[in-house]
Amino acid sequence: MNTKLIFTIAKSLLVARWRQTLVAAIGVTFSIAMFITLLGFMTGLNDLLDGLILNRTPHIKLYNELKANPNQPIDISDKFKNHYNFIHSVKPSGTRAEIYNYGAIIDALKNDKRVFGVAPKLVAQVFYNVGAIDVTGVINGIDVEAENKLFYFQDYVTAGKFIDLKNTPNSIILGKGLADKMLANIGDVVQVTTPKGDRIQLKVVGYFQSGLQDFDKTQSYSSLTTAQKLLGKPSNYVTDIQIKLTDMTLAPLVGQEYAKVFNLDAEDIQTANSQFETGSAVRSIISYAVGITLLVVAGFGIYNILNMMIYEKMDSIAILKATGFSGKDVNIIFISIALTIGFFGGLAGLISGFSLSVVIDNVPFNTAALPTIKTYPINYNPKFYVIGIIFSLITTYFAGLFPARKASKIDPVVIIRGKIK
Amino acid sequence: MSIVLQAKGISKNFHDPITIQVLKDVSFEINRGEFVSVIGKSGCGKSTLLYILSTMDTDYEGDLFIDGVAMRNKKEGELALVRNEKIGFVFQFHYLLNEFSVLRNVMLPGLKLGKHTEQEVEHRAMEKLRVLGIDNEAHKMANQLSGGQKQRVAIARALINDPLIIMGDEPTGNLDKKNSQIVFDIFNELAHEFKQTLLIVTHDNEFAQSTDRIIEMEDGRIISM
Ligand SMILES: Nc1ncnc2c1ncn2[C@@H]1O[C@H](COP(=O)(O)OP(=O)(O)OP(=O)(O)O)[C@@H](O)[C@H]1O
Ligand SMILES: [Mg+2]
Repeated sequence: MNTKLIFTIAKSLLVARWRQTLVAAIGVTFSIAMFITLLGFMTGLNDLLDGLILNRTPHIKLYNELKANPNQPIDISDKFKNHYNFIHSVKPSGTRAEIYNYGAIIDALKNDKRVFGVAPKLVAQVFYNVGAIDVTGVINGIDVEAENKLFYFQDYVTAGKFIDLKNTPNSIILGKGLADKMLANIGDVVQVTTPKGDRIQLKVVGYFQSGLQDFDKTQSYSSLTTAQKLLGKPSNYVTDIQIKLTDMTLAPLVGQEYAKVFNLDAEDIQTANSQFETGSAVRSIISYAVGITLLVVAGFGIYNILNMMIYEKMDSIAILKATGFSGKDVNIIFISIALTIGFFGGLAGLISGFSLSVVIDNVPFNTAALPTIKTYPINYNPKFYVIGIIFSLITTYFAGLFPARKASKIDPVVIIRGKIK
Repeated sequence: MSIVLQAKGISKNFHDPITIQVLKDVSFEINRGEFVSVIGKSGCGKSTLLYILSTMDTDYEGDLFIDGVAMRNKKEGELALVRNEKIGFVFQFHYLLNEFSVLRNVMLPGLKLGKHTEQEVEHRAMEKLRVLGIDNEAHKMANQLSGGQKQRVAIARALINDPLIIMGDEPTGNLDKKNSQIVFDIFNELAHEFKQTLLIVTHDNEFAQSTDRIIEMEDGRIISM
């Protein structure tokens, strides 16, 4: 059909009412800009907060839970087979925190295509000696390089070099809160006591700040070898195997599988941190709700302006129809007017939304809890921009639908008669 | 001689506020190249008839044939095409689109028809404007013209697709004597030199006398033709 002609007519009508058109378009621009900015900012925050936990949490953690043996002798006994057996105060016995056959498991995991990386860990309970007082805490013995690859360890080491942990024997990186409590500077030597009473001196090579202050007050890191030495254990002694998968969503399934195959306990990230996903979802919903509300308001603006335009252009519509334009043509003319407002308003909205995001992205945002963050976080996901422009087109389309229908139904005879009377 | 337009027993009722019959069993034919005028007292139904003949009003009894094709049961879009291709309409009030230039106003129905390229349509539009003596005003905006000039532009627009028939509803009703004369002269020229079929409603008996045939109406009926 003569699309070009229809568009020229639409354009002429638009230009004739450019002031009102501009106001309508600005409404769309404003809502799309807000939508983009809000989503970018909210998602940026989501990513940041998720990153706090998710970046540092293994997708699957394999470990030995200290628990009573589920196969108690009385259950095995033939004599009491048909009885309900109640056993009170069962104590775990002989369970080892240590992961048995650690080397073989690591090999098996490294050959699994679903696995992105594996990092072993040895969690050791210790007392940090601060003068006469002992502070309870934990030393995490880690494979420094694997830990860094999987959990961005160096991002959280705010002073000192993370790799020193590997290169300096008997070294430790203290949580910032803990270091403050112990008045320990980098280069200082601190003393820790193991649960068995052994005392060991460790050299401080750095601080880390995780963003979770409670965590930083009790935790510290050392190399795996140092931790093993601390506990007087051999070099195949680890308590946790941390796994990152290529596809995080598989974690619950793969976790169960590993628990069975390796006869260990498995904890997946979804179960461990379900509250974070809820928070993210709520924030996204808020952003979408605000954006859509603004768009609907803008849509009413467009609706009004089109109605006004149609009222003013009755004569023109009548003459178009009298000279051979069909109701459908008139309908398309007004729909394209609406969509043009939506498209250009939306496009301007994307641009201003992007600019606003860039501005926010450069606003300094320093907080002791988040050492790696210097400015407000913004997510520039192109998805938001696509959704934004689609939303603006859809809203303006619906805003134009009724006025356009009205215009297409205008009876030229009524208009022409009306003029004569 | 071929029949361009045929009305067969056309009747029309208005129901608001009470049912009144405005057209009563109107039948007539117009041949190709005929110049016909319609006269009658005010309120006798001339405009009503013209709106039906021009396919804009579809709410009537009886049958209408344009170029031998029945207009009944045609869809709105098909009727629009008939108007675009076969009918040129000139109103009492000039009804130009003020958003467009004079030239563009004339071109619009031609562009809509899409039989010729835009350049050809533009060329043809200039030609029509020249015939009507207003080619100088082609690039002005429509609302910058005088009433008489506007009406000539409207005639040029009616001519753009070389229509089967041109209909006019008191096309000089809003013009002064001098301009009315110019428009009448144009219709005469179109009829005699270009053999254009014309159906013009008028109150000007002098002008009516100069046409090939006069259809006289009274109270919704044709009383002579
Ligand atoms: N929409 C309508 N509803 C009811 N009655 C109508 C309507 N339109 C026209 N009429 C009536 O129909 C009759 C014919 O009107 P029409 O406009 O066809 O007259 P006309 O012959 O063109 O008159 P004029 O010479 O004044 O233009 C009139 O009595 C008018 O009042
Ligand atoms: Mg009339």
